[in-house]
Amino acid sequence: MALGERGGIVIDDSCLTSDPDIYAIGECALWQNRIFGLVAPGYTMARAAVSHLTGGDTRFTGADMSTKLKLMGVEVGSIGDAHERTEGAQSYTYFNQPEGVYKKLVVDAEQKQVLGAVLVGDTSDYDTLLQYALNGIELPEQPESLILPSSDAAPALGADALPDTATICSCHNVAKSDIVTAIDGGCCSLGDVKGATKASTGCGGCTALLKNVVDSELEKRGVEVSKAICEHFNHTRQELFHIVKVNGITSFEQLLEGHGKGLGCEICKPAVGSILASVYNDYILKQEHLPLQDTNDIYLGNMQKDGTYSIVPRVAGGEITPEKLILLGEVAKQYNLYTKITGGQRIDLFGARVEQLPEIWETLVAGGFETGHAYAKALRTVKSCVGSTWCRYGVQDSVKTAIDLENRYKGLRAPHKIKFAVSGCTRECAEAQSKDIGVIATENGWNLYVCGNGGMKPRHGDLFATDLDTETLVRYIDRVLMFYVRTADRLQRTSVWMDNLEGGLAYLQDVVINDSLNLNDELEAQMNSLVANYQCEWKTTIEDEASRKRFRQFVNSKAADANIQFVEERGQVRPATEMEKKLGTNKAIPVDVI
Amino acid sequence: MTATTQLAAQWHDVCGLDDLVNNSGVCALIGEQQIAIFSLTIKGEQQIYAISNWDPVGKANVLYRGLLGSIGDEIVVASPLYKEHYSLVTGRCLERDDVSVLAYKVKRDGDRIFVAVE
Repeated sequence: MALGERGGIVIDDSCLTSDPDIYAIGECALWQNRIFGLVAPGYTMARAAVSHLTGGDTRFTGADMSTKLKLMGVEVGSIGDAHERTEGAQSYTYFNQPEGVYKKLVVDAEQKQVLGAVLVGDTSDYDTLLQYALNGIELPEQPESLILPSSDAAPALGADALPDTATICSCHNVAKSDIVTAIDGGCCSLGDVKGATKASTGCGGCTALLKNVVDSELEKRGVEVSKAICEHFNHTRQELFHIVKVNGITSFEQLLEGHGKGLGCEICKPAVGSILASVYNDYILKQEHLPLQDTNDIYLGNMQKDGTYSIVPRVAGGEITPEKLILLGEVAKQYNLYTKITGGQRIDLFGARVEQLPEIWETLVAGGFETGHAYAKALRTVKSCVGSTWCRYGVQDSVKTAIDLENRYKGLRAPHKIKFAVSGCTRECAEAQSKDIGVIATENGWNLYVCGNGGMKPRHGDLFATDLDTETLVRYIDRVLMFYVRTADRLQRTSVWMDNLEGGLAYLQDVVINDSLNLNDELEAQMNSLVANYQCEWKTTIEDEASRKRFRQFVNSKAADANIQFVEERGQVRPATEMEKKLGTNKAIPVDVI
Repeated sequence: MTATTQLAAQWHDVCGLDDLVNNSGVCALIGEQQIAIFSLTIKGEQQIYAISNWDPVGKANVLYRGLLGSIGDEIVVASPLYKEHYSLVTGRCLERDDVSVLAYKVKRDGDRIFVAVE
């Protein structure tokens, strides 16, 4: 088979190799001496190959190699003619050496169209620039505004500004016109459109853009885009929160009877359970609230793929004594649990069967541990660096502040999980700017950042206030969190909440710092009452016989679930695969009921 | 696959009424079969349902730990793993045609709960 000089299987426009019975597509294929190491060209090649097989005439004619990725932790992006090879091309550059950001925008001679771009250190403009480049959208009057740091609003590209030919999903090659056609053909929700066009079912990178296009097209057609939480309540989470609070509603049944229909579902039940917990902080496992909790909340653990649970005790601020470390090790050994350090500076113990949870927690609670709420939409962790106690550079005691904050807000139920971090100096080793609440020490106190996020859609926190003393810091965090709990949508992280908050950061500062809504006393009182009513859910559970009874695999037998099987890997257990279970591999570790 | 039990079904005494958790599930072991038993209060009356505990999508014995509710008129449990809904009456999966679970007959006699299994 013909190979390229530097590797790669030579293919023609139909993806046929030199052997007429063999096609090659994707990264192994060499087309006109080029390798295409991206997924979208791979799909395009597949289309060409299938077309050739079935007598069609679709050919592979190269592909757009624009891409963004992370290289050794640095975000980089490249679009189209990144190197100004087009005749008459001109460029704009923005170079911010201190922050390690470089952006270049290549435009045509008339400065009407984007030809290409290079982004290093910050690729947040990638989507917009790509749409400009791919669709030949005319540039705004000052093209440089597209890459300059936005002092205010950079001209964002709304769904309506995109031409019909705009590629929305490059994995499945879905254009805006395909989405419009699908909607005209009867699709009336995001899910329908996904099903009909496959858009956003590849890498998922276009999810937000797709939703914008779909919502905007639906609204144009007079379809009211429903904000209802599910089929049982015609209300948003904020509205339900308000109804519960104003009417003093204390149970799901009461709310369903007065304001909903049907029996509820896995969407509205946990949402209402969380609202009730945020308003009253009742013991989450009270008989009447129990059926509302999502399964992780009911069993106070994180269910894994085989139905076992992982256990994450709280390690406030990531500070742990040798005695407690040893206890975790001993428990892991006794119950044959897989151990892994989490990203939130604590230790996760995997592979506990449901009936083992109460006795494991009995040991942990006796050793001074509390539940870590890793299973809950609640405060997870407050990460910290060692701070001024040990570090040569630290200017404040970040560990103490982290522990105090974690102990204050532990157990707080919220629309989604909440993560904090506290850094002891401006070097920011605790990565506080990527957290919902980030605190960074200064010579004079603390800088407070809010609404940052890591994960799927990273967002740097906004600097909310500077040089705060500890007391003011806590007051501000009280108010921000309580305002978030009251007004955010179900499963809306603080970052998305902030992006959707009318008035944005300035508005939130006005509410929290200037008390513009005259709400602060109430927010603080509510937080204080939640803090005062905190209890460790595991401690309460193991002390109650009726609660313990629920942690059984079988109501009529002490047997263990025979489907839960482990094999050893790198010195620890992991769940056996389906194949390993079928083969009955002799590496399986017998697990005794203790 | 039909969801009714065979002719030779036998009633098995699996637990007491007070072992059930209202609006929630428990699991019984009969031979090697795991059976999820749910108790719901609908319009003031207790209803009891039984389906297989095996989640055919997640491939784990977890359905008894799912959340109960309704989708339209169908009374369902949502898989705790990937959230597919299964009818408590027929065992049908509402999202997928290629999977379903068995539904079992269940009855209450005094303060004991019985399930019919082949």
